[in-house]
Amino acid sequence: MPKVFYTDADGVVRAIDGEVGDTVMELAVRNGVPGIVAECGGACVCATCHVYVRADFGDRLPPMDEQEDDMLDGAAAPRRPESRLSCQLTLTAELDGLSVTTPATQL
Amino acid sequence: MSGILIVGGGQAAVQLAASLREYGVDRPIRLVGAESWQPYQRPPLSKAFLAGRAQPGDLLLRSMDFYHANDIDLVAGERVVDIRLGACGGVAETDSGQRYAFDQLALTTGGGPRRLAVDGARLDGVHYLRDVADALRLRADLPGRESVVVIGGGFVGLEAAATLRAQGLTTTVVEAADRLLARVVAPVVSDFYRSAHQRRGIDVRLGTSVEAITGDRGRVTGVRLADGTTVPADLVLVGIGMVAHTDLATRIGLDCRGGIVVDEYARTGHPSVVAAGDCTATRLPGAGLVRLESVQHATDQARVAAASLAGRLQPYRATPWFWSEQGDLMLQMAGLVTGHDRVVVRAGPDPERFCVLYYRRGRLLAGHAVNRPADYLAVRQALSRGASIPPDLAADLNTPLKQIPTEPVPCT
Repeated sequence: MPKVFYTDADGVVRAIDGEVGDTVMELAVRNGVPGIVAECGGACVCATCHVYVRADFGDRLPPMDEQEDDMLDGAAAPRRPESRLSCQLTLTAELDGLSVTTPATQL
Repeated sequence: MSGILIVGGGQAAVQLAASLREYGVDRPIRLVGAESWQPYQRPPLSKAFLAGRAQPGDLLLRSMDFYHANDIDLVAGERVVDIRLGACGGVAETDSGQRYAFDQLALTTGGGPRRLAVDGARLDGVHYLRDVADALRLRADLPGRESVVVIGGGFVGLEAAATLRAQGLTTTVVEAADRLLARVVAPVVSDFYRSAHQRRGIDVRLGTSVEAITGDRGRVTGVRLADGTTVPADLVLVGIGMVAHTDLATRIGLDCRGGIVVDEYARTGHPSVVAAGDCTATRLPGAGLVRLESVQHATDQARVAAASLAGRLQPYRATPWFWSEQGDLMLQMAGLVTGHDRVVVRAGPDPERFCVLYYRRGRLLAGHAVNRPADYLAVRQALSRGASIPPDLAADLNTPLKQIPTEPVPCT
């Protein structure tokens, strides 16, 4: 059962247990984690589930496709090298302990 | 208990409740939805859900914890059937006889599928696709079926057709107009979708109206077209548009014209009543009365409606955006095409990647991008800034749209 740590823009950390196959976005929405809006519900068309992934998880994440890459440019908060759209991050056993920070704004 | 009553349990309803709390409203909020499910997302119903890759629990907009934490009283499975409205507040009554008093009312009643009025329309195997119950019925009817006729070449019909074709069904789309998506996209986009769906094995019949649905022992067997031919089918899906639910609004005397008429603050003609989402027809400055059916419109108008209820008016200024996922084709749309006099096509060697920009008197109105998310985003961002992308430069595929300097649009 992979655990995900969500840190909000104020530094508050929430630890949530997910299931393999959940996305980081779905897990957040289902558990009422603030800071992730996910207006389109995971279709990768709204860029309102933007997160910053802690750098040491970078090489365990699924690769970014063009759709996500381009939509990230439209995120409300600044894009950084560790930026991802959390609807595209599907949990695996290897991602247990994943740590993401939500930006101050998604809209 | 009085407070704010939200009638309807869809995307607009949930956003409205959430925004009220974000705006600091601490009065009681009650959300009454007719469906027995906790509020959920509709877009996947024609895609992942229909394909069996998602279950009802995967579609929820928010967790139960969210409603508890925000002190939102969620009532699912009760339909409001009557509302009595006084000068300040009123009472709503549901089909189970419950009465809910309110001092402010929000109507987020959504809509239902337009019904097909031909012989055979009530046969077993004739489906609609608007809510989870529809989608579950259709899904349960799929095993062993081999052919489907989709009536209507709009978004729901084409998305479902793509999903069902990918599952191996012999799929025919019948559209009365002479092109697909005729109401919303330029002919070049319509033509693309016809070819793209044909390449994937879908039989697309344009300019074709349905005369009857044929059946045998109560079960559909085919669709008879106006030219006399019958397309055999053991499933029929009707996707011919949505009818806004305006009965309650009409009953309390609100102005309804294909939708509940609201101003740019989501206010109806009654000072205690706002409305948001698919059920509205919105008066926008310079655009007249606009009907929009989309997630973006539902959520953005719900925010505006919540602000009005909270007494902090903010006008609806959002740039409309929309998406349609038809198999592996992602269409992203920004802006409204109404009244365009020129289109510019950005296309390269790959026939399944292009963007169409719409202009009126040289000013950018909208963009429709197929599998070109960066182009979509550039258009959306330009429109959001009130800027235009010069049409003569937009066709050059070698220059990313976002690198073309936008030009300010003079006030008219």
